[in-house]
Amino acid sequence: MLRTFRIGGIHPPENKLSAGKKITPLDLPEQVIIPLGQHIGAPAQAIVKKGDIVKVGTLIAKAGGFVSANIHSSVSGKVNKVDVVTDASGYKKPAIFIDVDGDEWEDSIDRSTTYIRECGLPSKEIIEKIAGAGIVGLGGATFPTQVKLSPPPGSKAEILIINAVECEPYLTSDHSLMMEKGQEIMTGVTILMKAIHVTKAVIGIENNKPDAIKHFQQLAKDFNGIEIMPLKVQYPQGGEKQLIDAVMRRQVKSGALPISEGAVVQNVGTAFAVYEAVQKNKPLVERVVTVTGKAVSNPCNLLVRIGTPVRALIEAAGGIPENTGKIIGGGPMMGKALVTADIPVTKGSSGILLLTKQEAKRKPVYDCIRCAKCVNICPMGLNPTFLMSLTEYTNWEAAEKNNIVDCIECGSCSYTCPANRPLLDHIRLGKGTVMGIIRARKS
Amino acid sequence: MILIAIISLGGIGALGAGLLYAASRKFEVYEDPRIAEVQEVLPGVNCGGCGKPGCPAFATACVNASTLEGLFCPVGGKDCMDKVAAILGLEAGAADPMVAVVRCNGTCAARPQINQYDGARSCTIAASLYGGETGCSFGCYSFGDCVTSCAFDAIHINPDTRLPEVIEDKCTSCGACVKACPKNIIELRKKGPKSRRVFVSCVNKDKGGIARKACANACIGCGKCVKECPFEAILLNDNLAYIDYQKCRLCRKCVGVCPTGAIHELNFPPKKEKPVAVKEETN
Repeated sequence: MLRTFRIGGIHPPENKLSAGKKITPLDLPEQVIIPLGQHIGAPAQAIVKKGDIVKVGTLIAKAGGFVSANIHSSVSGKVNKVDVVTDASGYKKPAIFIDVDGDEWEDSIDRSTTYIRECGLPSKEIIEKIAGAGIVGLGGATFPTQVKLSPPPGSKAEILIINAVECEPYLTSDHSLMMEKGQEIMTGVTILMKAIHVTKAVIGIENNKPDAIKHFQQLAKDFNGIEIMPLKVQYPQGGEKQLIDAVMRRQVKSGALPISEGAVVQNVGTAFAVYEAVQKNKPLVERVVTVTGKAVSNPCNLLVRIGTPVRALIEAAGGIPENTGKIIGGGPMMGKALVTADIPVTKGSSGILLLTKQEAKRKPVYDCIRCAKCVNICPMGLNPTFLMSLTEYTNWEAAEKNNIVDCIECGSCSYTCPANRPLLDHIRLGKGTVMGIIRARKS
Repeated sequence: MILIAIISLGGIGALGAGLLYAASRKFEVYEDPRIAEVQEVLPGVNCGGCGKPGCPAFATACVNASTLEGLFCPVGGKDCMDKVAAILGLEAGAADPMVAVVRCNGTCAARPQINQYDGARSCTIAASLYGGETGCSFGCYSFGDCVTSCAFDAIHINPDTRLPEVIEDKCTSCGACVKACPKNIIELRKKGPKSRRVFVSCVNKDKGGIARKACANACIGCGKCVKECPFEAILLNDNLAYIDYQKCRLCRKCVGVCPTGAIHELNFPPKKEKPVAVKEETN
């Protein structure tokens, strides 16, 4: 009996169309647009100006606070301008535009494919290197990794959990990376273990990726303290708290951080980026992005430089099919519809999903029939239909009492609702408002 | 037999009456009778436009206050406040009559739609998700949160322009729509003599080029109006002009110089030489 998390959960059709496809590097675009706010926290501060010549890996923006991350140039060329760009939500955000000229890398970066296993650096230096390379959580939350690796005083990590679950339907970027860069990922995991002083790590993989499980079990024989744990397929297993429950059988308390249960969770893509940063001095300038969709002629996994326009990725997958209704950045469950295909790939882009008009259409909304399906499947044990009503009636006090801020916005409630009620839309709004009220009260 | 019943029931009745009387005297809560009187002259809509939760709370606040300065019922207006002042023997606080003004002129023709939103029909929810169906991320979403919030049926979405329009006669300037709008497009402004007003009908803070590309009626922050204004009533911040209604003397010089027609004048008689170049009357 395979493990999974114990409260709620759903199993949407997996549709992993691009599974088993090799990672193909995408050609360099003519211009990259690198937004300054690609992570959770304060946006980075640009340190280049118009006309500056940059190489791949040149630091172009410095972290703008404690919770923030460095940003490096992903191409070599000339800075065209520092201006605003329309982001996925249609808002204008500051970004650095670089015209591509050749492909020259910073000298400090080791571009060879030689695999380096040993890492003699102490914890502090590892974390410094990770911070310097601008690594953020690559699962999609884009939380700066160095912050996660520095536990607050008084708490101590016991175990490192590597999230190789990839529970979002359609996405295969982590899967493809695991198949091709297994050794490097394992080394990345040992480096992360060293950074947080733990001797045990668990890599959680859902059992819809049997090849990856087998591959990693083989690799794990060479590494001490790393356990591979196959997990039952269940969405949203990739949620931090859900994964901790599945792996450790421990529940993180409401409002607490995973470290309170002694766990540090990192994405498998982050582990690979850590390997490259620490062993190869390579900052986070490219990532694997899945381009997929039922009508897409060639669903694929692409290795893309940060800042490449999404349109170029879709072209590589065969162009935008005629009956496309929505283009989604990320997976179908938690991804966001893009307002335009001209937005750049950022550190958090794990996939581009093209839905057909039929799939993208929202069904008509009916009244709640009190079936409590949403209550059953909520992985946080909340009461979504009640929280939606509280938000509609702007009863923020009651919403706070009913733990609206614990919502992880996984969208399982909206997915399962037989009356097609926009539960998450309302709860997300309520969560934001209540968080604002709590912040205002604290300050 | 009957006599016993009458005596016993009458006795119980009398005893009960006595107890109730005693209790009502002992636990009596004194309420200023003027509160009820004041409440009588208030409109009784409980809209919250005065800043108090409902009319009874406002009446209590008026009675307890030593001066009516700062206490004003926007719905009842000056007449109502004069009555309140007469009851309390105080001087009514002065307040200019206000009206809700919609500061967006991104009509369907001027602001082309670039995507389609099919989520929950609420401006607030749409705003928490993304910048809207047009290239302008500051403009009106047209789902009508302001319309739902209005207790006086004074604001409606015009189906042609997909923008809200205020019916001035019905608007009581309670400010419910101002709070309901997630984009801060609606503002309470001085009604002005004969309802004449001049205002910038745009809230876009993008750079001129970007704003103009998204909407033909946008303020591009060129600053011509600022230079033209003889009363220093126009401020230019973040590529957006704003007319201070306290300083504006309604000379309308700014209206003529605005290259995009973003400055609107309302309820003025037409000029003799040149017809007024207002594209949309937003009432």
